[in-house]
Amino acid sequence: MKISIERGTLLKAVGQAQSVVERRNTIPILANVLIEAEGDRVSFRATDLDIEVVDRVNAQVHRAGSTTVSAVTLHEIVRKLPDGALVNLSDDGAAGRLMVEAGRAQFQLTTLPREDFPVMASSEYASNFTAPAPVLRRLFDKSRFAISTEETRYYLNGVYMHVADGEDGRVLRCVATDGHRLARIDAPLPEGADDMPGVIVPRKTVGELRKLLDDDEAQIAVSVSETKVRFATPEITLTSKVIDGTFPDYSRVIPNGNSRRMEVDASEFAKAVDRVATVSSERSRAVKMQIDDDRLVLSVNAPDSGNAEEELGVAYHDERLEIGFNAKYLLEIASQVDRENAVFLFNSAGDPTLMREGNDGSAVYVVMPMRV
Amino acid sequence: MPALCRDCHTSLDAGTRCPACRSPRVLSHPELFDLTIAHIDCDAFYASVEKRDDPALRDVPLIVGGGRRGVVTTACYIARIRGVRSAMPMFKALRLCPDAVVVKPRFPAYVTASRAIRAMMEELTPAVEPLSLDEAFLDLGGTARLHRAPPAVLLARLALRIQRELGLTASIGLSHNKFLAKIASDLDKPRGFSVIGRAETQAFLRDRPVGLIWGVGHATQEALARSGIRTIADLLRWDRRDLVARFGSSGDRLWRLARGEDARRVHPNAPVKSISNETTFDEDTSDPDLLDGHLWRMAEKVADRAKAKALSGRVVTLKLKKASHAVLTRRHALREPTQLADRIYREARVLLDQSGAAAPFRLLGVGLSDLMHEGRADLSADFLDPRAAARAEAERAADAVRARFGHDAILKGRALR
Repeated sequence: MKISIERGTLLKAVGQAQSVVERRNTIPILANVLIEAEGDRVSFRATDLDIEVVDRVNAQVHRAGSTTVSAVTLHEIVRKLPDGALVNLSDDGAAGRLMVEAGRAQFQLTTLPREDFPVMASSEYASNFTAPAPVLRRLFDKSRFAISTEETRYYLNGVYMHVADGEDGRVLRCVATDGHRLARIDAPLPEGADDMPGVIVPRKTVGELRKLLDDDEAQIAVSVSETKVRFATPEITLTSKVIDGTFPDYSRVIPNGNSRRMEVDASEFAKAVDRVATVSSERSRAVKMQIDDDRLVLSVNAPDSGNAEEELGVAYHDERLEIGFNAKYLLEIASQVDRENAVFLFNSAGDPTLMREGNDGSAVYVVMPMRV
Repeated sequence: MPALCRDCHTSLDAGTRCPACRSPRVLSHPELFDLTIAHIDCDAFYASVEKRDDPALRDVPLIVGGGRRGVVTTACYIARIRGVRSAMPMFKALRLCPDAVVVKPRFPAYVTASRAIRAMMEELTPAVEPLSLDEAFLDLGGTARLHRAPPAVLLARLALRIQRELGLTASIGLSHNKFLAKIASDLDKPRGFSVIGRAETQAFLRDRPVGLIWGVGHATQEALARSGIRTIADLLRWDRRDLVARFGSSGDRLWRLARGEDARRVHPNAPVKSISNETTFDEDTSDPDLLDGHLWRMAEKVADRAKAKALSGRVVTLKLKKASHAVLTRRHALREPTQLADRIYREARVLLDQSGAAAPFRLLGVGLSDLMHEGRADLSADFLDPRAAARAEAERAADAVRARFGHDAILKGRALR
């Protein structure tokens, strides 16, 4: 194999590969990226056995072939090369070395045989559809913060992507929760997605997927089966196993009878929560909200370090309410609001609170209060 | 040389018998009235409490410990003469001493006695650092004027008071730091009173084995022996830097302790770092019901202790010992601290299910660590587990019932497994 490739193109492809490979793995080949050159295209493939990413880029292929080399090392080398450099990659097959040349710099990296590289078995997808990148971006960006890290409830370690009945018909829906907060984001159902089985997309896959969604014009081809999900742009294909578990019935968690409505400027609210929370260094800091006739008082009382209070103007015309929340959870949901005011719907100090943006039901957040 | 009668507390100049009460228990030492750090260790504490409470046990060899497969928790001095030691497997103890009477530990009785002793200590000084139910460090520095007597006299009085009021005996070590005080209390057990002064510190330590140093267990002893260090004299020959280079930060500690230097202060209420409970089964078991019952009872004990101390913890640990004696521990950090048996049990249950370890097991243990005040515990509810709040309330209600009618007044069915 012998190829010449522009440094920027190579960096992007190898960067994607090195973030997929498992750093702490015990199987050496899984640390490697598989490079395959054919025609005028070179593909870079990396896997951790749960996720596989293939990035196809244009390059000058002088001699077709393939090899595998440490993704992290190659990435480090390319990263340190000067911008605009032309990089030559060549291997002589027998010696088990990949030569990396750019300008007067020269590297020889040990390779592992291509045959040892595990390629994810292809599978039949039950559903194939296309969705614009901004739609998928919104679905995952607004839900991923609520993914649980608790290994004991592994079925919460991802975003539940499925088809559901929304306010105005069928929707593509993403839900994530850790039992303390929940995000439910809807998007219009893309054509051809009706039969999509509901799948739990793992946290790491969501992170990798995010890198495919930056281009506003891009159309993402989505394929879903009971066990796998695939997202593809013309260049990059991300295939991932899904979490083998049953996502809990979240609909019971979303309150629909909460009637005490408070409307507040989301960014002012987030800033104030952030300020008062400063006095407490605990992991689970509780912020108390006292709400009374268009007035919200946020307060934190940390016996060891001090206390803080801040008042905010809000729209609220119900009975006086005192309710506590984990400061981090409040900040996270408030920062999801980007266009309109945040609307909170409370029931009592012990019941889940609902938050949405204005009257938009396509992004709904639920957060459990804390005793304060 | 300053001397003291341990029975009538008369200070004298020297002699082997007290001129006032004719007692032979005279303690004399050049630094007797200058030393202030004491270690007090009750003699065969659990066994002594049992013998006190049941006079029929007085003259028989007595072992306090659990079950056929358990270990000796405490052996009385009669049993010790036959070679029984604490932490010895029960079968071995009974082979050495077949006529021994074995009783299960009655912790509530020991706690009561321990509290009474601690109250007596705290009358002498606020600087009391309990190490366990039956031993504590005391710093009596600066108390001589208040009590109008030097520390040695106060300690002799304390020992006598423990004996007269509680029917128990204790041994006292008096020195100029904790390390030496603890060694001293062990020199003359039972009913001992030993003094290690500054002047004799080095000479005293020189020929002792390194195992005398706290924290030097079997593994460290072996590592030291590989470097030719067996006695403290061997340690003294080493340069400080070489010890650090070879043994890391503990090398520095060894260097200082070998010279009898120990700057640790006596910390009253040294914070509890973890709460745990474990059970060695009578027979290795893989019965899921039995394991589940044990898990619940241990979670409950851990929670009870946390509640009693107004503590809560964020990390739940499960300990498993397989039939092969291989030990496995698994831990899980909760999002917020808890003191509820229900949550501890559920976490431990998941850890057991996910451990992948194959039964049968020989021992099961549950622990709670990363402790903090209970005020921060169990504040947020989980909406995917809506019954958790009800279970928590039920547990609090059961606690209230127990507080009034005793521990066995109300039990979970699971506790009977």
